[in-house]
Amino acid sequence: MLAFSLALRQLRSHWQAGEVRVLLLALVLAITATTSVGFFTDRIQGSINSQGGQLLGADLVINADHPLPEQYLKEAQKRKLQTTSSLEFPSMVIHADASQLAEIKAVGEGFPLRGDLTVSQQAIGGGVSAKAQAASIPSSGSVWIAPRLAQILDLKIGDTVDLGNRKLQVTAFLQNEPSRGGNMFNIAPRLLMNQADVASTGLIQFGSRARYQLLLASDRAEIADYAAWAKPQLQKGERIEDLRSARPEIRSARDKAEQFLGLAAMVGVMLAMVAMFLASLPYIQTSLDTYALMRCFGATKKLIMQILLWQTILLALTGSLVGCLLGYAAQAGLASLAGRLFVETLPPPSLMPVLAGLVTGFAAMLAVVWPHLRRLQHVPALRILRRDLGDFDVASWLSFIPAILVLAALIFWNAGDLKLGAATLLGLLGLVFVTGLLAWLASKALQRLPEANSSTWKLGLAAMKRRPGMTVAQVLGFSLGLMALILLALVRGDLLQSWQASLPADAPNRFMINIQPAQISDIKQFLSDSGIQGIEMSPMVRARLLAINHKPLDTSQYKDEAKRLAEREFNLSWAENMQQDNKIVAGQWWTKSDAGKPMLSLEKGIAESLKLKLGDVLTYNIGGSELDLTVSSLRKVEWDTMRTNFFAVTPPGLLENFSASYITSLHLEKGQEETLNRLVKRFPNITIIDIAALLDQVQQIITKMTHAIEYVFAFSLLAGVAVLYAALIATRAERIREATLLRVLGASRKQVTAAVLAEFLSIGLISAVVATLTASGLAWYISTQTLGIPYTFNWHTSLLALIGSILLVPLAAWLAVRGFLNQPPRNLLNSI
Amino acid sequence: MQTPLAVEAIELSKTVSSNGNELSILSKLNLAISHGERVAIVGSSGSGKSTLLGLLAGLDSPTSGKVLISQENISAQDEDGRAALRAKYMGFVFQSFQLLPSLTALENVMLPLQLTGKANARAIALEALEKVGLADRLTHYPKQLSGGEQQRVAIARAFAPKPAILFADEPTGNLDAVTGERIIDLLFSLNEAANTTLVLVTHDMSLATRCERTLHLKSGHFTEDYVEASA
Repeated sequence: MLAFSLALRQLRSHWQAGEVRVLLLALVLAITATTSVGFFTDRIQGSINSQGGQLLGADLVINADHPLPEQYLKEAQKRKLQTTSSLEFPSMVIHADASQLAEIKAVGEGFPLRGDLTVSQQAIGGGVSAKAQAASIPSSGSVWIAPRLAQILDLKIGDTVDLGNRKLQVTAFLQNEPSRGGNMFNIAPRLLMNQADVASTGLIQFGSRARYQLLLASDRAEIADYAAWAKPQLQKGERIEDLRSARPEIRSARDKAEQFLGLAAMVGVMLAMVAMFLASLPYIQTSLDTYALMRCFGATKKLIMQILLWQTILLALTGSLVGCLLGYAAQAGLASLAGRLFVETLPPPSLMPVLAGLVTGFAAMLAVVWPHLRRLQHVPALRILRRDLGDFDVASWLSFIPAILVLAALIFWNAGDLKLGAATLLGLLGLVFVTGLLAWLASKALQRLPEANSSTWKLGLAAMKRRPGMTVAQVLGFSLGLMALILLALVRGDLLQSWQASLPADAPNRFMINIQPAQISDIKQFLSDSGIQGIEMSPMVRARLLAINHKPLDTSQYKDEAKRLAEREFNLSWAENMQQDNKIVAGQWWTKSDAGKPMLSLEKGIAESLKLKLGDVLTYNIGGSELDLTVSSLRKVEWDTMRTNFFAVTPPGLLENFSASYITSLHLEKGQEETLNRLVKRFPNITIIDIAALLDQVQQIITKMTHAIEYVFAFSLLAGVAVLYAALIATRAERIREATLLRVLGASRKQVTAAVLAEFLSIGLISAVVATLTASGLAWYISTQTLGIPYTFNWHTSLLALIGSILLVPLAAWLAVRGFLNQPPRNLLNSI
Repeated sequence: MQTPLAVEAIELSKTVSSNGNELSILSKLNLAISHGERVAIVGSSGSGKSTLLGLLAGLDSPTSGKVLISQENISAQDEDGRAALRAKYMGFVFQSFQLLPSLTALENVMLPLQLTGKANARAIALEALEKVGLADRLTHYPKQLSGGEQQRVAIARAFAPKPAILFADEPTGNLDAVTGERIIDLLFSLNEAANTTLVLVTHDMSLATRCERTLHLKSGHFTEDYVEASA
C-alpha cells in the first residue's frame, strides 16, 4: 500500500514537473496511432471482405457435387446466419429449332446474399439492380438469360424456352451476376431460374453433373466460427469457398493490401518505442534523485521495485486506455470521411484493436522501463551527496535487449507474416547499428574539429560534443521515425504503381474463343476495320492428361482443387516466345532450334498442385492419339493482368497437326458492343466471353483499397510527426537550461537561437541521410522479396525527405524552445 | 560506567581510481563518537569530509577498515542491510534540503516513519512539524516553501523517527546568515532535547565551535584530535 501511494504521489509530481507528461504523451500517441490504424484496418478488411463477398454472392459458400447434408444448413440456422442455396448444372436450352448448351443456375429466395443481380429488358446495354425490382430472382415459371444465349437462340423477352420437361418464359436479360466463380473459359452462357422449378424439368437425377451450393452470410466472426466448425465436417466432393479461394486476382490484390496495412501498423509500433525511449530518459533521470533519497532513509530495493512497477502499470494503463479511446475517436472521424470513399458503410470495428492496444501499451512501457529498473533499484544512496553517481550511461544501452525483444514480438505480431516481419526487424536492427556507428563517428569527428570561426556553429556543435550519448540517442530517434515514414512513402508508391500497371484501364475485357485457323486473318481484318488493332491469337488444343512418368494418372491422390484440375481437359498452346508477363522459375524456355521437340512449359501453381517437377514426362490424349511431353520449364504467371495465359505451353512445330482453335483477348470501349454483335453474326461459331463487369468490380475494389491505404498512410505520417515532436520535447528542459546559461553569460537571443538551429541542423542532416539509405534498402527488400513487385529507387521521395528533415527538425526544435528564449534570463534561472 | 560508542571508525580508508590512478581520499582514520556527543567535522573543499560522512552513514563502503554503528558493523552489510541500519539509527539533514517534491511537508516527514513501518506515523510527523513551527504548512509542497522552511521540514523529518545519530551535511550552506542561524539554533535545541548524537560536517568554523568536539580533516587525515568544548 505504501508502495502504491508513493508511486501515485511521485507520478503526480512527475506529471507536474513535466517529464512524465512527455512519456505519457508518447505512449498515448503511439497507442492512438496503432489502435486507430488497427480499428480502421480492421474495418477496411471487413469492408474488403464484404466487397469480395459481392463476387462470391455470399461471405462463405459450401460447394458440393452432391446434395449437401442437412447438417450444414441446420448448423447455420442454429447460428442464425443468413442462408440461401443454389444449384448449377449444364443443360441444353431449346428454342424453336435451335439449341445451345447453357450453364443453368437455379437459385433460392434471397439469392444473392452479397452483391446484386443486374437485369435489363434489352439484350445490350442498360441494366438495373434486380433487388430494386419487384422480384429479386426469377419467379417460378420464368427465367433470366445471358445476352449471349439470347443472341445464339434468337430470344426476345416473352419467348419461351424448353428446359428438360419444362417450358419457361424469358422475362429478363441477365447482365451481371455475382458468384461467377470458377474458370471463365468453361462457362457456357448462363440461364438463371427459380429453384422451385428444378424438379419439374426432370433434369436432376442420380448421377447428374450438378453442383450444389449453400450460401452463407453474417458478420466476420460468425462466419469464421462457422467455417471452423464446417471444415472438419467436409466429406469427399465438398469444399468451402470464401473470398480467398474464389478469385485469385482479388486475392493477390487483397493479400498485398493486408501486408501493407500490417506494415502501416508496424510503423506505429516502431514510432512509439522510439519516442518512449527518448521520453523515458528525463523521467528516469529525475527518478534517480528520488530513489537515492529514499535509499538514504532506509527504503529497501524491494520497495523501490514495487514503486517502479506500480508507476509502470499506472502509466501503461492510463496511456493505453486514453490511446484506445482517442484511437477509436480518430477512426470514427476517419470512417465518416471514408464514407464518401466507400460506397458501402464500413462494418463496426471489433474489440480486437483495444486488446492489441493494451498489450502493446504494457509491452512497450515495460520494455522501455525494464532496463532502468535494475539501475534505479541499485541507485547508490551516496548520490544524495555526489550528484554524478548513478547517472545515465549510454554504454548501458546494450542492456536494452528486452526492448528489442518486445519490439520484435510486436513487429511479428503486427506484420502477421514471417518474411515481412523479419525484413522490418532486420532493417531496424541494421539501422540502429548503422546509425549508432555514424552518430558515434560524427561526434568523434566533432571532437577533433578545429575551432570553428562562427561562434554560433561552435556553440551548436559544442552542444553535440558535450553530450555524445544524447546526440547518438537523438539521431537514432529521428532516423528511426524518418525511416518509417520514408519506407511507407516508398513502398506505398511502388504498391499503387504496380497495381495500376497490372490492371491498366485498357486491360482486356473480352475473350474470344473457338476461332478456327481459317478465320484468323478475316477476323483480324474485321477488327482492324472497326478500329481494334494489334490482336494476337493463341492456339489452343484440347488434351486430356493420361499418365505421369508412364504411370496412369491416379486422380485419387489429389485433393479437391488439384483433382478437378487433373480431371478436366487441358488447353495446350504453343508459342515460340514466352508471354511478356511470365517469368521462368525453373528450367529454361526453348530456343528456335527446339521447335518440334516434345517439351512442355508448365505454370508453377499447377505443377505444384499436381506434384510435377522438371523432367517429368506427361502423356496426353489429343484427339485420340497419345503424345509424351517432357516438362522443361516452370513459369510464374501474372493471372491478374487478364491477358490470355496457359497452364501448359509447347514449342511450335509439335501440335500444329492436331485440331486447334484460337483464342484472343481484346479491350472493347463502352459503346463498341455493336461491333461484336456484327462479328458474331458473321462468324457464328466463335464465342465471346464478356468479363467487363468482372473487371469493373476488380477495378473498383482496387480503387477503394488505394483510398484506404492513402488514408492509413496519411494517418501514420501524422503519428510519426507527432512522435518526433514528443521526442524533441523530452530533451527540452536540458536545452532550456543550456540556453539560459548562455544568455546569462551574455549570448544574444539570436546567437542562442542560431546555436540551437545549428545543432539540430546537424542532427537532422545525419538522421536524414541515414534514414534515406536504410529506408531505400528496406523498401527494395520488401518490394522485390515480399510483395513481389519491381523496385526503382525513388529520388523524388528521398530528396524530399532529406530536404524536409533538415528544414523541419531545426524548425521543430526552435518551436519547442522559442518561448523560453524570449524571456529574460533571470526568470529562467528561478525556474530551473 | 562507560558509555557505548554511537559511531566508531576503525582504520577507515577510501581510495578511488581516476583515469587509471589510485587516489587516496581517506587514509586509515580512527574515530570514536559517544552517545549524545556533538562532533563537527571541518575541512576545506576536497578534504574528504563528505566522503567520510558517506562512509559513517553507510551510504558508501570503505576500501578497507570498518564502521560500527552502535557496535553493529555497517561496513559488512549489503545495500539493503545498510539501508535497514540507517532506518533504525540515523537521521539526515542535507545542504540542499532533499525534500521529495512529490510529497507535502507532512508526507515528507512521514516518509522515514513509514519506511520503518511505524503505526502512528502521522501523529509523530505532526508533532515534529509543530516543534519546528510549521504546523500551518502541513499540506504545502516543497516548492511552495521558502529555503528556511524547507530546511525546517528536513529537520522535522530527521528528528521524527527519534534517531540515535543525526548526520548533518552543511545544513546552513544554502541559507542566508540570519536564517542559517535560526536553523542551527533549532537543530541544536532539538538535539539537546532528544539527546541525539550529532555528526556535523561543515566548513564554517563558527558553527563547528558550537559542538563539543571538532575534527579537522586535511588530505584524508585528522590533523588535530580533540578540540576543547565550545563556550
